[in-house]
Formats: sequence, structure tokens, C-alpha cells
Amino acid sequence: MTREEVLNKYGKSKDNLLYILHDIQDSNPRHYLTEEDLKEVAKWLELPYSYVHGVATFYSMFSLKPRGKYIIRVCESPTCHLMGASNIIIELVKSLGVGIGETTKDEIFTLELTSCIGVCGVAPAMMINSEVYGNLTSEKIAQIIDEKRRESK
Amino acid sequence: MTVPRMHVLLPFDPDTLLSGVKEFEKALLDELKKNNLEEEIKVLETGSIGVTGRGILMVVYPEGVYYANLKIADIPRLVGEHFVKGRPVKDLLLGEVPARFVKREKVGLVREQKRVVLENAGMIDPENIDEYIAVGGYEALEKVLSSMTPEEVIEEVKKSGLRGRGGAGFPTGLKWEFTRKAEGTEKYIICNADEGEPGTFKDRLIMEGDPHKLLEGMIIAGYAIGAQKGYIYVRGEYELSIRRMQKAIDDAYKYNILGKNVLGTNFTFDMEIKKGAGAYVCGEETALIESLEGKRGQPRNKPPYPVTHGLWMKPTSVNNVETLANVPSIIKNSADWYRSIGTEKCPGTKVFTILGHVVYPGLIEVEMGTTLRDIIFNYGGGIKDGKKFKGALVGGAAGVFLPEKFLDVKMDFDSLKEYKAVLGSGAILVMNEDTCMVDMLFSIIRFFKHESCGQCSPCRIGTYELYSLINKVRAGEAKESDLETMINLSEIMFKSSFCPLGQSLVMPVKSAIENFREEFVAHLDKNYQCEKCRR
Amino acid sequence: MAEMVKLFIDGKEVEVEKNSTILDAAKKAGSYIPTLCYHPDLSPTGACGVCVVEIEGSPTPKRSCCTPVSQGMKVTTNSKSLREIRKTIVQLLLSDHDVTCPTCSANEKCELQSLANYLGVDTNGLPAILERKPLDETSVSIVRDPNKCILCGRCVTVCSELQTVSAITIAERGFEAVVDTFFSQGLGNSSCVNCGQCTVFCPTGALSERSEIDMVWDALLDPDKVVVVQEAPSIRATLGEEFGMEVGTVTVGKMYAALRRLGFDVVFDTNFAADLTIMEEANELVERVKSGGPLPLITSCSPGWIKFMETFFPDLAKYVSTCKSPQQMFGTLSKTYFAEEAGIDPSKIVSVSIMPCTAKKFEARRPEMRDSGFQDVDYVLTTREFVRMLKSAGLDLKELPDERPDELMGMYTGAATIFGATGGVMEAAVRTAYWMITGKELENLDVTAVRGMAGIKEAELDINGLKVKVAVAHGLGNARELLTKVRKQIEETGKSEYAFIEIMACPGGCVGGGGQPKGSTFAMRARRGEGLYAEDKSLPLRRSHENPAIKRIYEKFLKKPGSGVSHKLLHTFYYKRCDLSGCTIESVTEKHANHH
Repeated sequence: MTREEVLNKYGKSKDNLLYILHDIQDSNPRHYLTEEDLKEVAKWLELPYSYVHGVATFYSMFSLKPRGKYIIRVCESPTCHLMGASNIIIELVKSLGVGIGETTKDEIFTLELTSCIGVCGVAPAMMINSEVYGNLTSEKIAQIIDEKRRESK
Repeated sequence: MTVPRMHVLLPFDPDTLLSGVKEFEKALLDELKKNNLEEEIKVLETGSIGVTGRGILMVVYPEGVYYANLKIADIPRLVGEHFVKGRPVKDLLLGEVPARFVKREKVGLVREQKRVVLENAGMIDPENIDEYIAVGGYEALEKVLSSMTPEEVIEEVKKSGLRGRGGAGFPTGLKWEFTRKAEGTEKYIICNADEGEPGTFKDRLIMEGDPHKLLEGMIIAGYAIGAQKGYIYVRGEYELSIRRMQKAIDDAYKYNILGKNVLGTNFTFDMEIKKGAGAYVCGEETALIESLEGKRGQPRNKPPYPVTHGLWMKPTSVNNVETLANVPSIIKNSADWYRSIGTEKCPGTKVFTILGHVVYPGLIEVEMGTTLRDIIFNYGGGIKDGKKFKGALVGGAAGVFLPEKFLDVKMDFDSLKEYKAVLGSGAILVMNEDTCMVDMLFSIIRFFKHESCGQCSPCRIGTYELYSLINKVRAGEAKESDLETMINLSEIMFKSSFCPLGQSLVMPVKSAIENFREEFVAHLDKNYQCEKCRR
Repeated sequence: MAEMVKLFIDGKEVEVEKNSTILDAAKKAGSYIPTLCYHPDLSPTGACGVCVVEIEGSPTPKRSCCTPVSQGMKVTTNSKSLREIRKTIVQLLLSDHDVTCPTCSANEKCELQSLANYLGVDTNGLPAILERKPLDETSVSIVRDPNKCILCGRCVTVCSELQTVSAITIAERGFEAVVDTFFSQGLGNSSCVNCGQCTVFCPTGALSERSEIDMVWDALLDPDKVVVVQEAPSIRATLGEEFGMEVGTVTVGKMYAALRRLGFDVVFDTNFAADLTIMEEANELVERVKSGGPLPLITSCSPGWIKFMETFFPDLAKYVSTCKSPQQMFGTLSKTYFAEEAGIDPSKIVSVSIMPCTAKKFEARRPEMRDSGFQDVDYVLTTREFVRMLKSAGLDLKELPDERPDELMGMYTGAATIFGATGGVMEAAVRTAYWMITGKELENLDVTAVRGMAGIKEAELDINGLKVKVAVAHGLGNARELLTKVRKQIEETGKSEYAFIEIMACPGGCVGGGGQPKGSTFAMRARRGEGLYAEDKSLPLRRSHENPAIKRIYEKFLKKPGSGVSHKLLHTFYYKRCDLSGCTIESVTEKHANHH
């Protein structure tokens, strides 16, 4: 969907702000909201620009920076922490060569942390875009990353 | 038309999906086709049945046989042996898991759960409204609309003793009564499905496994309080829940269960899903309302409470998913029936998630008042790998660290209070002897630091101060007085934070330091070896 | 009558209106509750938690600033536990604060500082955790220092609710939460109109004017420069406060003396230019009424309002008076008229103004404000900066004698002095317009209907049988409300019911300006305004056209109001601005180069 299509879909009610931001971000292959996006949304809903900025930066699912094709979100909640999430994070940092919140140079991966994603039964867990991966181990991580890297080519 | 001889249920949840249940389903259908069984044997996708960590699962009716850890290579045997010859494949069975079975009948030694809210989850196709109706769904709504006044509904719910399952345990009937009696004609019912408490996913399973039950509970609530519109505020991360709820809403409109003149009565009710965007604080009802209005999810001062000044400042009842999912059964079976389950002050069941170092992590629904020991050792199968129990974090991140001597606490709102603990979201994180409590408390403080909304100073700065203090402890740079500072600070945060987020840190901080003091003191020594904190 | 509620504060029974807060009730009961983020003129945010009180039956203390009273409530405002909470909160705030009190612009005016002092807070208890963030120095008027911000939210409330500008918001979350502009582009690249109300309401030094003190000192200490100074009408009513005088005391004579002690070579008065503005603006009004020109005429003295208009109401620009503000009229004349009269090379003149206003710093630097051939006004100091200069020179206003300004551009009438209060420009203009239209003097000079703190004031004036409807708005939220109505009237009927509108960006007018002493409440602004009205009443001349210096400048230099010279030097034009970045898009009115 283009930005205009998203806006037209939701009408001008201010309570649609979060939905609109979600849809615009989801339509962007780099999974983020641009300055222009926030500007146009503010105009459409007749909200102050700063207000839209304030809302967009409040929620952790929105990003104002371009991200990779795959957003890896590692759960760092207490359950996953107990089950070894720290090792998983270290493993990912090592194999991707980026820090938390950073995107790989080839723009394929962005590494993020997330609060509980509700799959604690298979902790430690992570999400890649909307797909969940659980019972993670170092070996599994390497395998998943390799696979995604191949898919993206 | 052929009546299917067998029903095969395939639970779809993140766990089975990542084990490849989609591919498995496709292969299974192909195999059935090859054997001309596609009309005799009906394959259904269902929600989670509460078993996790066991790969692809399958339930076969009418026998009620459970399979686990299935692979595509197993399909020819399953079809040939079980579906054609009627002999279950023994080595693929889920096995003698004590409490994990979700069954309607008691079979042998299997320890049965008491299911009310999850009675249909895993049993019916959640995307098919007819199946819900076939198992008695929307009967309660019909009863309410045809024979009960809103006041009678409220009275019945009050009589049932149902208390909010979001954590605070406020009597649901009372909340509805306040909303109903509040001034104004425009009122709202909001379902709080912003399930963010770490270690909790019960609401997700209800929405994914039996969305119509929630819908029915909400419509009844809307009727009772005098609302014309309901909103379900779902965590943005819960894509499947959102999809299933939306399907349920769309179907309900088609069946005139939503919209103008519901079921041919004068009652008109609309429903909409709103999607969160990643903010734990939005689980707090006023923050949720702010977010629903399209704002930053920052809590409002209470009073005034949402029951008088809620969404758009109109009277609003905000209820948790699990709470609302209890309502249809209460109406259908009477308040007295409901009171026969659970304890006197906390009737009904409670859905718990048992996680961490247990044999069977997952979700159970049991009567209120079941002991922690029972939950961990019977339903959870005890501690994994033959290790010893060390402690349990009960109630989510805003919960309490309980040591072994508290294992016999009854899990209900009031009994836990005696131990200065809370039921919270019903999450139980079990930790074995190898766990470092300092490291666990660190993880919790880090979570709160990340999720503090930043509106009020005690929480915004307090969480960060606690974070730097626990890091000092981890690094062996703290003094004993720093432990007291942490407790004092969390107590001040309890007394002065704007909302429950900042107020609740006192629970884990105090309970961890007090119940596991020796371990904290040991960390003060720079030379103390801890592979979790110092590597 | 409002419903009343009885409750007990520290055991004392009080009766208050039903919608009161506990804090209101405590005030009535005589119990003091310390506050920090709370401000009597703003809706409470409840951010800090300092004002918590204990309520019988409540498991946790509640914020008194935003918790409503209820019947029979029993409140305790002070206890060991409450003291502990308050101390800890201030301690937390200090642990995340750039504590540079001695050199901070808010020193001795900082509410965090005084609270810490009053509560006896020990700063050693908690580790300092401040994560330093860069300053926002993109604006020519206002500097934001996030390291001193306590996130009380006052500035955001002021900017969005009071002024409806919404240049700033609270962005991010948790410990990263920060007051920010759209996409962190800075105030100078935002819709900020430089009104500076945020700097007045800010309890700490996180928001302050961009200081020009050093530049002014350099000019004063440069023997080759002739430093000319003007002081806005409202300064004389606010300066005294900072030296311990009663709020609203007019200290004009001591002000001149102080300026001379600082080393200003020529001490004039903006009031002279205010009288001149009235001559030009009243003339413009009369001409527009006579010729059926665009009405309502809207005043143009407030530069915050002008940028607001250019940003949000550019379609109404043609209604706005073409007159420059008094500061800018003065600036141009200081390098033309004064330079000629005194025989000084204008390049040697440094024109300084003392203003109640941060937007004046922006106005002085507008590229079109160079009609003298130089930047007309070189430096603008706020009241706060002026006070700091006086203190650094060891001057105590109370001890100074009363002096007179230099006459050429220093004489003024009562009409000029009331420019500093909301409704004053309107009242002053009416006095002269009446004379211009009828040839007679208006007898009752006090147009009281347009005085006072009501947000929007209306009056119908009778000018010799001609009924004229006028309106006054102060504070940009009120301005927005009034102008939205005007815009709608014009769109629907082709004209507005009003003939003349006065708008001031700041609540209370310039006495409540963004450069005035920090912490000024609406009540204080009202008292300062009363001070100006009292001075007006006490002056022998109260109509701008009676000012001998005004008569002289028209005789010698400007010819008559609205003349070609006037238009060249004293009038201006307006832009349309981008509502996101504040930058100019195109000019929407023209400057009349050869009028008549």
C-alpha cells in the first residue's frame, strides 16, 4: 500500500494514528517511518507534527531509522533471560557483526531486543519479522542466519 | 454429503509453526488424498492446546488420542495404522505427561485440568463460528438478551464473585455497576488484550483458540453496562490473535451477533480491534485508553477512574481477556455453579503459565486456590534435569520471588497477599538451584527501565537508579548499604509513582533481596565467582 | 452555585467546590504542600510526585495537584514518610541533573534548587546518572538544555495548550524521554514562534533565552561605539520585582539611572516609538475605515504573534497593520534620525533594546529589518538578561536615583506606557484615532472594557456616532480562537464584525512576556499591568499625538503619519511560513515604498 492508500483507508479520526503508522511502516521494505511519512500523517489527521513524532517515538515497534530486510528481535524478558537469552544475544552480535539497534552493512539484518513476545514455553526465543523462533541454541542461530542470508539473495 | 469419520486437530501456535506444522498439514492432506480419505477424515487447524516445546502436535477424535513431536516422515504410518486400521501409533503418542492432556473425560490416571475459559481452545476451529455455536456458544448471549435486564446480568456476575484477571482482582460485577450507574449515555467496554507481562500468554491463547468466547463475554458486558461500542486493544506483536479476532468479529456481524439489533433485539453493539505498538505500560487501563485514543500511552491520574471518565472521557469498563472469557459460562451455568469452583473469596479457575526450569513448560487452567507446589510439581512436572528447586517468580515481572518455604501458598488473590505476593498475570517462572537471583533481579529491573513511560520522575529516574545499583552488585562494586538503598528506593517508588508500573518494582526487588539475601551479600565480595553476573 | 464538599486537611475541616483538587483545599486550610511540576496557570501533569499526600483509606499517597477532593476525605499533608518521599524524589531529580547552579541562568530562580534547599536534600545518596545530551542552539531566541530538564512537562503544556504552537513534545520513553521538536530538528527549524513562554514557565534552567550579554558588554566597553538603548514599556513594571520590590512597582527613573551606570551612551525609551507606532497605526486605521480598506486592522507589535500569523494564518496577513513594532521603528530611527540629529556615523551606532520578549531577538534579525542600511537593532536583551547585567555591575535598583531619559527619542505619553499590558495598544490607538477622525479629543480616556486578564475581550466603541466593534486577544491560544472566528466570518460573509483587533502573543501582554522574570503567574502579570495603567493615569500627557518629541519628529523628519518616509522606515511586509520548519515560503504582503 502507498502512504496515500493507507491514509484514505483510515479516514481522519485521530484514534487511528497507531494503525496508520503501523500500516505505513509495514509497507516500507526497510520497516521504518520517514520524516515525510510523519509529516503527511500529521497533516491528514490535523495533528501537530511534534505530536506525531512524540507518539511514534513512544512505541518500541516503530522506527524512525531504516532497518534491514529482516528485523531480528531477541526477547530479553526474565524467562528468556533465565533460559539463556544473553548467550543468544552475544552469539547474534558476533555472527552479524553489529550491535543492538544496528543494521548490517548489507542491509539484510537489524538486531533489536524486545520485551516478552509471549512464547515463553520455548524460551529463549526471538522473532524475525513476524516469524517466531524458539528453543534457541548457538547452533540453531547460525543455521537460521545462514538460511535467511541465502533467502535474501 | 459424507459425515467425517474422524476429526484431526492440528494446533497452530508459534511453537508448532516453527516446527513446520504448515508443511506437515500439506503433506498430511496429500497423503489422505492418496488414500481417498479426504472426505472421511477432516483436518482442522486449531489454536494452541497449551502444550509447548513438543514440536508438531495432533489430536485425533473421536478417540481423543494425542500425538507429539511429529515429522512429515511419520505421516504414512499415521495414516496407514491409525486412520485406516484404527490402531494408534504408540511411539508417536504424547506419552504419560501428567497434567498436560486437554481432555473432556477423565482417562485413567491423567490429572485433569478444570477448564472454563479454555474449554474450547484446541477443541474447535477458532475460525469457524458454527463450531463455536455447535458447542453451545452464544447461548449465554441469547439468554441475556431474551430474559435478563442489564441489572440482572450485573447482579449475576456480582453473585458469581468473578474478579478481574488482569492482576488487581477487582470485582468485575462492581466495575460494571459503577460504569452502568455513571452519568452519560455514551459508554464503552474495552477488552484489555495488551498482554505484555513477561511470561504470560494466556490471553493470546484465548484469542487464538476461542475468539468467540471472548467476543460473547464482551457483548454481554456491553449490554450490562449500557455500552454501544466495544474495543479490543491487542498487543501489536500478536498478529495471529488480531487476525483471528477480526475474523470472529466479521463472522459475528454476518450472524447479526454484532451490529444493529443484535439477534433481533433492540440492542445494538459494535466492536473494533485496536492494535498496540509495543509499550508494556499500555496494560495499565488509563494508559491503554490514551493509546486507544491515538496518543502516547501515558497513564492518567486516578481518580477519576475510567468507570466515570474513560475513553473520550466517557464511562468505560476496561476488562481483561480472561475475565471476559469467564462471563459466558457464568451466565449459562449460573453464579452458583461458578462459586462451586475455586475458593470462597476467589471463585472460578485461573489460567497459569508455568515456565523456566520445569519439565513441562506451558499453560494450565486450574481452580483458584491450587497450591504453588501442586502447580509446579504436578502440572509442571517438577524441576527439569533432576535439579533442585530454588525459587519461583510468581505473578510476572511485577511479581514476587518465592523461596521453597513458600511453596504451599494457595494461588488466589487473597492467600498470596498474606505472603506479600500477588497473583498478577498468573505467570510462574520456576528457577533451579543453578540460577543466580542477582542476575534474575537484574533482568527484571532492566525490563522496567525499558518499559517505564518516563512520565513521572520516581519511575523514570528510579528504575534507572535501581539499574545502576544492581549493576554495581553484579560487578562486585556495591556495599551492603546499596542493598538497603535499593529496597528503600523501590518503596518510595511504590508510594510515589504515578501508576502501577513504577509501584510494582518493590515486589521483585524486596522479595529477591530479602528472601535470597545471602546470595546478594555474597555478590558484594569482588572475588565471588558468579558465571551469570561476572564472565 | 457550585456544589460544595467538606473534607479534613490535617484535621482541619474545610469546604471547597466539588471539582477542587486536594492542593486547592490545602491552600484554603492553610496547609503548605511543596510542589514542583505544578503551576497554578497550567493543567497539572502530575509528573514529579513531590506534592503527594496521605489519604485515609488509600494504600498509597496521592498527588494533591491532580487528585479531586471528595466528601469527608481525610488528608495528611506532612509526615515522616511524606518527607522521605519528597526528599527522595528531589534527590532522584538531582542525580539526573546537570548541577551547575552557580553559573546557571536560573540560579536563585530555580524551583528545583529552592526545593532541594528547603527539604535539605543530601545529594550523596544516589549515584549521578546523567547521560549528557547536546544543547539545542538552533534558535536565535531560545536555548534548550536537556541536561537541566526535569520533564515536568510545563513547557509542552504551555506550547501546545496555552499557545497552540506545539513546536515541542515529549518524545521517546522512559529514561530516554526528552522534550523535543519534530524529528529533533531543533527549535530554530520548527514552528516555534519564539514567544518564550516556555522559558518563563520552566522551573529550572533547561529553557532560557539565547544570551547577548557578552556582545552588549563588548559594545559598551568599546570606546569607538555609541551605544543607544531603548527599553520596552513593560520593563519598568517588572524590573523592581527582581530587586525585592512589590510586584507591579514602576521603576522607570531608576531604570534610566541603571542604564547610564552600565555605560550606555544614550538612554532613550521604546515608549517614544510606541507613541510613534500609535500615530502610524491610528492613521492606518482611519485610512482603512475611510477607504473601505481591509478590515479588521490587526495590530503588529508582538513579534511572536507575527510569526504565528505568518505560520498559521498567512491568509490574514493583509489585515495586519504594516507598522513595524516599536522596537524596530526605534531601531531604524536610531541609525537615521538620531544619527543625523547627533551628527554620528550610523556605522558607529550600536542599537540595543531591553525587551520583555525572546521573540524580539528573532525580530531584530529578520533580514528585512535593515531599513537604516544596517541591522536596525543590534542586540536584544530580555528583562532577565538586563537584571543579570545589573547584578554583575553591582547595581541595586532600589539604591539608584530617579533620572530622566534623553529627550530626542525618550519622551513619552501614558498611551505608550500601557502598550505593555493586554488591551493597551487598542486603548492608546483609540485615543488618537478618535482625534484623527473627529478633530476633537476623547474625554474619557479609560477604555476599561479591553483591560484585564480575560482571554478575549470585546467592546463596541462610539466614535462620534460611528459604532466600531473591537476585540483584544492575548496568548496565542486565544488569538487562534478569535482569528478562526474572524477567518470564518470573512469566508462566509466577506467581512468581519470587528474593525480593529489587538493581539499579543503572551498572556497578559508584554508584562507577561517570554523575557520577563521566571515564574511569573497570571496573577502577577495582572498586577504588573495595573502598575502600567497607574503610570498612565499619573502622566500629564496621555495621548500619543500630544507627545512633543512625536510632534518634533513629524515636523523635522517624517512629515506626517503614513508619509513616504514613514513607509520606507517604519512599515514592513509579511511572509507566509512553512508550518513545519518555520522558514519563509514567499512574501504575502508588499511594502508600500511610495505611499501618497
